[in-house]
Amino acid sequence: MNGMRKRRYTTIAASAAALALVLTACSSDDGGDGGTDGTGAPTADCADFEQYGDLSGKTITIYAGIVTPEDQPYVDSFKPFEDCTGAKVDYQADKQFEQQILVRAQAGNPPDIAIIPQPGLLAQLVATGTVVEAPEGVAANVDEFWGEDWKALGTVDGTFYAAPSGASVKSLVWYSPQEFEANGWEVPTTLDELKTLSDTIAADSGHKPWCAGIASDAATGWPVTDWMEDFVLREGGADVYDQWVSHEIAFNSEVPTKALDAVGEYLKNPDYVNGGFGDVSSIATTAFQDGGLPILEGQCSLHRMASFYAANFPQGTDISENGQIFAFYLPGKTAEDKPVLGAGEFVTAFADRPEVQALQEFWSSDTWANLKAQASVDLTNGGWITANKGLDPSILTNPIDKLSADILLDENAVFRFDGSDMMPAAVGSNAFWKEATSWITGQSTKDTLDKIEAAWPAS
Amino acid sequence: MSAVQIDTATVGPPTGGRPRESTAAAARRRLSRPWASLFAVVLAVLWTIPTFGLLVTSFRPAADINKSGWWTSFFDPNYTLENYQTVLSTDSAQSLAPSIMNSIVITIPAVVLPVFLATLAAYAFAWMSFRGRNVLFIAVFALQVVPIQVTLIPLLSLYVDIGVSGTFWAVWLSHTMFGLPLAVFLLHNFMQEIPGELIEAARVDGAGHVTIFFRLMLPMLKPAIAALGIYQFLWVWNDLLVALTFTGSSRDLAPMTVALLNLTGTRGSQWFLLSAGAFVSIIIPAIVFLSLQRYFVRGLLAGSVKG
Repeated sequence: MNGMRKRRYTTIAASAAALALVLTACSSDDGGDGGTDGTGAPTADCADFEQYGDLSGKTITIYAGIVTPEDQPYVDSFKPFEDCTGAKVDYQADKQFEQQILVRAQAGNPPDIAIIPQPGLLAQLVATGTVVEAPEGVAANVDEFWGEDWKALGTVDGTFYAAPSGASVKSLVWYSPQEFEANGWEVPTTLDELKTLSDTIAADSGHKPWCAGIASDAATGWPVTDWMEDFVLREGGADVYDQWVSHEIAFNSEVPTKALDAVGEYLKNPDYVNGGFGDVSSIATTAFQDGGLPILEGQCSLHRMASFYAANFPQGTDISENGQIFAFYLPGKTAEDKPVLGAGEFVTAFADRPEVQALQEFWSSDTWANLKAQASVDLTNGGWITANKGLDPSILTNPIDKLSADILLDENAVFRFDGSDMMPAAVGSNAFWKEATSWITGQSTKDTLDKIEAAWPAS
Repeated sequence: MSAVQIDTATVGPPTGGRPRESTAAAARRRLSRPWASLFAVVLAVLWTIPTFGLLVTSFRPAADINKSGWWTSFFDPNYTLENYQTVLSTDSAQSLAPSIMNSIVITIPAVVLPVFLATLAAYAFAWMSFRGRNVLFIAVFALQVVPIQVTLIPLLSLYVDIGVSGTFWAVWLSHTMFGLPLAVFLLHNFMQEIPGELIEAARVDGAGHVTIFFRLMLPMLKPAIAALGIYQFLWVWNDLLVALTFTGSSRDLAPMTVALLNLTGTRGSQWFLLSAGAFVSIIIPAIVFLSLQRYFVRGLLAGSVKG
């Protein structure tokens, strides 16, 4: 009995000691002095940072939805800023960001800076009264490096809040250059050519030309919304697109109806889909991450998905202009039309302390864009681009990044932001997704658009 | 002390329970029939298949996981430890190792605190008479109905005001609060079943509330406390919402569940790591459960089904 009790006390003491060790280990990195080593991190001349002054001992917290492995390039891109100014940047991220940032803002516990992927969410956050206006330096940088389109996306009710950061291109069709070469198929430059190509593949190859997947947990259906946005841009042009997104024209009016029908000619055409998976309805049950993989197996030739899809192909896949996998720009009506659907992130501040404003300004500069691009190339083999005109294209090594940057920075490009991200949440992240899924599984175009129109909140 | 021990001994076995014994015996007879056993085994196997599939999947290479179901791997065996290496190695960004420590640091106080407080409260509710006892008890019981989601924002702003947001304290306190109502209720029911003569005998021998609580109640409550501890442990260990809201996703504080959430990568392209991650996160609860399971079964029957 005695011995047992003794042993129990020893165990308790041991666990207490272990706990103490853990706690010290956790707190030991708090006393960092801003770090002076910077090993492996991109370097920049400290002269660029003199304008921000000495920020030693200051900490800036960043909260985002960008997690491993894409978070490390962000952390590294701030290293020169930390080294030169002495400030410390604390990057935190989780995938529930979009819900949690609202909770934190409402509870009065927001981070200093958040990376917001949707203008709609930015508007919601501004409504909580916690977002602070962007400082003048940031506005000047955005005027210089981005232009009006992008600045408008970070503006709510006439006040400019958030500078853009990364960008992605959604108007891409993934294909296999090797397969195209072997069969003598050409990359289409107009929508009609795309149609002809689909017919040719369907007739010649023995497999369905297109494959798609739209399952994505609670967000199931979103890939269809991208399809539709791309076709509204092509059927109606950028102005009609803007009216559609801001609900100046009804969701079930003429152009959107034509656009969704045009999508239906691909996604609901049993001759075209769903290569490698089954019939039309299998689109709804296939995870979007898997949607384009049959291209590798030769069971499908075309897959429309954003630039970030590159990460879904298995490691070792040759993704390049003449490789196993590459992408082409989803063509416009004519070869000269270049409407581009894309998305991006916005750097939103909840505090106006000098160190926060300094970081915002640095973040919106060309210096940062190049540091970040370099860090992404080094750590994650690219996969990150920006619409910042100061970006040096020679940094990009990943063929898809080069292609995306070419498309974004093309003179004829008319960039439009992903519409569902800008619509009210009741539509953009609810009715639109759900009805799009029903549409795939058999609901008519008219019913679908009528129901989405009915879901639009009255204001 | 000695009197108390004698009392425990005499009261211990249930006397005069003839009809109850025969029901129990009948139940045992019925449950041990071959068909019933077979049914139980079939049910157990069916129940385990998904977990087993997860285990098999966790050893398959990423490309295979993406391509085919886990059962196909039996005909074409191709296994690897790569997923576990990614999930456990300390230098990979996806490593779960630091968050295992965070989970333990969060869980231990978040189990000990509510269970300890609940035992004290349950004792007061069961064996101390004070004014408004029943009203108060009903109030505590009614608190179980409040969904924790509605409390998140008010609680967080409270934590911000008192300066504990973004520390372990916010998580410990929240789990304690959310765990207490059910814990008090269960332990109260359990304590009430203890015969009053026992307490009276102890009082006659000059024991105060403190002595009765520590010398009499705690030893007898062991199964109930263990059962409750397991409940609370599993709840805290598997909790994502509370941790996510109150730790502010800081890497120094985030537990296992948050790490698992982020494991698949920003756009879910790494989801093949989930099966390995899930098994890593199962290990510790499984050890706790297996080592305490005899208490668990006993305690389950004790507190909750009040005759």
